[in-house]
Amino acid sequence: MVGKYIQIGERNCLNLGTNNYLGMIENPEIEKSALECLSHYGVGSCGPRGFYGTTEVHLDLEDKLAEYMKCEEAVVYSYGFSTIASAIPAYAKRSDVIFVDEMVNFAIQKGLDASRSQINYFKHNDMEDLERLLMEQADLDRKNPKKAKRTRRFLVAEGIYMNTGLMAPLPKLLELREKYKLRFFLDEAISFGTIGKTGHGLTEHFNIDPSEIDMISGSLENSIGSIGGFCVGSHFIIEHQRLSGLGYCFSASAPPLLMAAAITALDIMQRDPSIFQTLRDNSTFIHSQLSSQLPSDLRVHGHPESVIKHIRLANPSGDKVADEQLLNEIVDK
Amino acid sequence: MALDKTEYSMSAAEKMSNGAVGRNKNGVRVDRSDGHVHQNGSAKKEKRRPFIESFENIPLLTAATTFIGFHLILLMGYVTSIIFTPKVAREKNRQGYVPLYDRFESFYSRYVYRRLRDCWNIPICGCPGSEVTIKDRVTHDCGWTFEYTGTQSTALNLGSYNYLGFAQAEGSCSEDSAVKIKELGCATASPRIEFGTQKIHQELEALTAEFVGMEDAITFGMGFATNALNLPSIVSKGCLVVSDEKNHASLILGLRLSGANVEVFKHNNMESLRQVLHNAVIKGQPRSHRPWKKILIVVEGVYSMEGSIVRLPEILELKRKYKAYLYVDEAHSIGAIGRNGRGVVDYFGVDPKEVDILMGTYTKSFGSAGGYIAGSKAFIDHMRVNSHGNCYATSMSSSCAQQIISSMKIIMGKDGTNEGKKRIDQLARNSRYFRRRLNQMGIITIGNNDSPVVPMMVYMHSKIASVVRRLKTNNIAVVGVGFPATPLMEGRIRFCLSAAHTKEQLDNALVHVEEAADFLGLRYSRKRRSKEPVHYSDSESEME
Repeated sequence: MVGKYIQIGERNCLNLGTNNYLGMIENPEIEKSALECLSHYGVGSCGPRGFYGTTEVHLDLEDKLAEYMKCEEAVVYSYGFSTIASAIPAYAKRSDVIFVDEMVNFAIQKGLDASRSQINYFKHNDMEDLERLLMEQADLDRKNPKKAKRTRRFLVAEGIYMNTGLMAPLPKLLELREKYKLRFFLDEAISFGTIGKTGHGLTEHFNIDPSEIDMISGSLENSIGSIGGFCVGSHFIIEHQRLSGLGYCFSASAPPLLMAAAITALDIMQRDPSIFQTLRDNSTFIHSQLSSQLPSDLRVHGHPESVIKHIRLANPSGDKVADEQLLNEIVDK
Repeated sequence: MALDKTEYSMSAAEKMSNGAVGRNKNGVRVDRSDGHVHQNGSAKKEKRRPFIESFENIPLLTAATTFIGFHLILLMGYVTSIIFTPKVAREKNRQGYVPLYDRFESFYSRYVYRRLRDCWNIPICGCPGSEVTIKDRVTHDCGWTFEYTGTQSTALNLGSYNYLGFAQAEGSCSEDSAVKIKELGCATASPRIEFGTQKIHQELEALTAEFVGMEDAITFGMGFATNALNLPSIVSKGCLVVSDEKNHASLILGLRLSGANVEVFKHNNMESLRQVLHNAVIKGQPRSHRPWKKILIVVEGVYSMEGSIVRLPEILELKRKYKAYLYVDEAHSIGAIGRNGRGVVDYFGVDPKEVDILMGTYTKSFGSAGGYIAGSKAFIDHMRVNSHGNCYATSMSSSCAQQIISSMKIIMGKDGTNEGKKRIDQLARNSRYFRRRLNQMGIITIGNNDSPVVPMMVYMHSKIASVVRRLKTNNIAVVGVGFPATPLMEGRIRFCLSAAHTKEQLDNALVHVEEAADFLGLRYSRKRRSKEPVHYSDSESEME
């Protein structure tokens, strides 16, 4: 099992490499509910959601997620990658404009490619750069008001960036969203279940009402220890994905046993909020230890409370190949 | 819709020899009960199995009424939208924003799709085997909201993709999967290239490669993602992809993400394909006219909306002539067609290594989830490093992997029984029997005689919903498909046969289908209907 410890060859190593943030993979309760579901439904669901692939377990999980995130509706996908990669093209089309952080993860990048919209990248977590781009867009709109009336504008950010470990400045993003009338999609693949006093994600951390955000997408593969992904938001927004989300309509629904595992994981998260404090303590501890004890040519990047830590060369030489070789040597040791 | 009935007819002498059982002829041993000689790829004088595919034309009157009917629905919807306010959620706190949805899209979804909404997304409460338990629901406001009645009903399942009947909650496959969950957990929470590769994934890949007859294979956690995330690693800008017009959404998405140029050829039409390849080779890339970096033909084994089977031998000939590569998506054909259930290459008796890339999914015939790509070792090694799915997407759950391993071993006969062979034969018998009986009733079914997917044409939207609802009251669960999944005038009911269905279940279903056909006027076919009784057997000599 790939849990707290991982067996590589002969050696038993401490696992700092997988996204098992809350330790759900080794949890016996989850195993029990998955086995129970298996004995009832079998393994596969044998059909897309529209054609007899919707089981009670899927509907239960969607209700629970919506309730947990204090939103109106949730939609569950069978694969974490497909979630945001199908959600963005469902709303953003060729004539639309998307403002997105340059360090977003690969799944979001694929979603942006699939949408065919005009993409404007702003510097990582740099709100001034974003504002500059928004003002430029506003100028263009003033010159051509007819086109502006038909162009939808979106803002995409991640809760915790997989590529840097930093947190998105949510209050400032929402301010800009309000000012420039953007639709805001937040990808909480990593921050769901890890940030916030009771694990509700970035909105809890910054004490913001989740309905301010148009759509929050998350993954069941990280904190929850199952497989799949979900999007939560208002009825108005989420219902659309049931007909236009490619990964939802044209793909088989998730195996029911994985959905049952996710439901149990959510129950555990609601029942026992102390695990989040433990996780936060671990993250901040590691951060402080790494900051003080790493040799001078390595540095730790990332927010202190983030579960993702990046260790980078303090002075990269500029030559990608040589740097990668050096990092590989460190990893092998 | 063009009338395209192709038949490789057998000569009288061949027809005679097919009646003989257990004879040795031309060194090919006839060992099937129907005396059918199967194609041996290396034999010089190949006896081709008959390839019977039909796409009967829509009768003119039906086309006219369908057209008028659809516009009538639109008109009624328009009138309703003016008179009544829609009971739909409105956006809150978003004044001054550009509307999120196109007007036609929201109109279609609210006033056309909504009326028929009860036919889709039907919740089930049990295993989707040969029979399925449906959670009953009613709508009191014409489809805006649903209410569960609290009761459940059991229906014959003709809608799920359960070709070999492996959607079972009991049996050796589920037991093995349960053991694996206890041993390896539900998931790995890591991409394959990081710490997500467990021994079971390697075992699965080796077994898949052996099953399809290729050197190596690589597996992914989702079938849709297998196409969408791997085509960009196979083709890129400067390559040409020649794709069938009825390809699946995942292939289309994958091709769009890859940035390659895409040319479409008419569905299963070899002349159209030849033209496209010919022009591509002569003209080269647009503007620069340099030769294409590579040309890839992308087709599916069995097309799930049309029920047709790809014309593999002809495509291989064209591929060799124009030096193109071939990618076959066997989502619906792996396990479901072919004498040993090995897919289209087995069905046509060609060497699997002649196809460059074989892709398939484990959802349909293996009762699990996920997808695979199989090819030469060099190609798969390239994919292991460059595939987006391998590098960024989570690895498959161990329970799903074990289900596939167990079911694949049964199909291959490695478990020591002949259960696999029995299931494959049962499926073939069911598909042929069902289709012939429908044709005998005068119902138009399209696609190949051997495909396990049987689309019954009803053309009109209202008839799709009526048939689904009517059959539901008779405890038969079917699936209706219309616009936009199919062309506007071609609404259809799609039956998915399974090895788990018995003849009695099919007969019962056919009785009710015939009743519905009489009530709704579905006997559109103008072909001559045979009055001979249809036998439930392996024999293919009983043709229309």
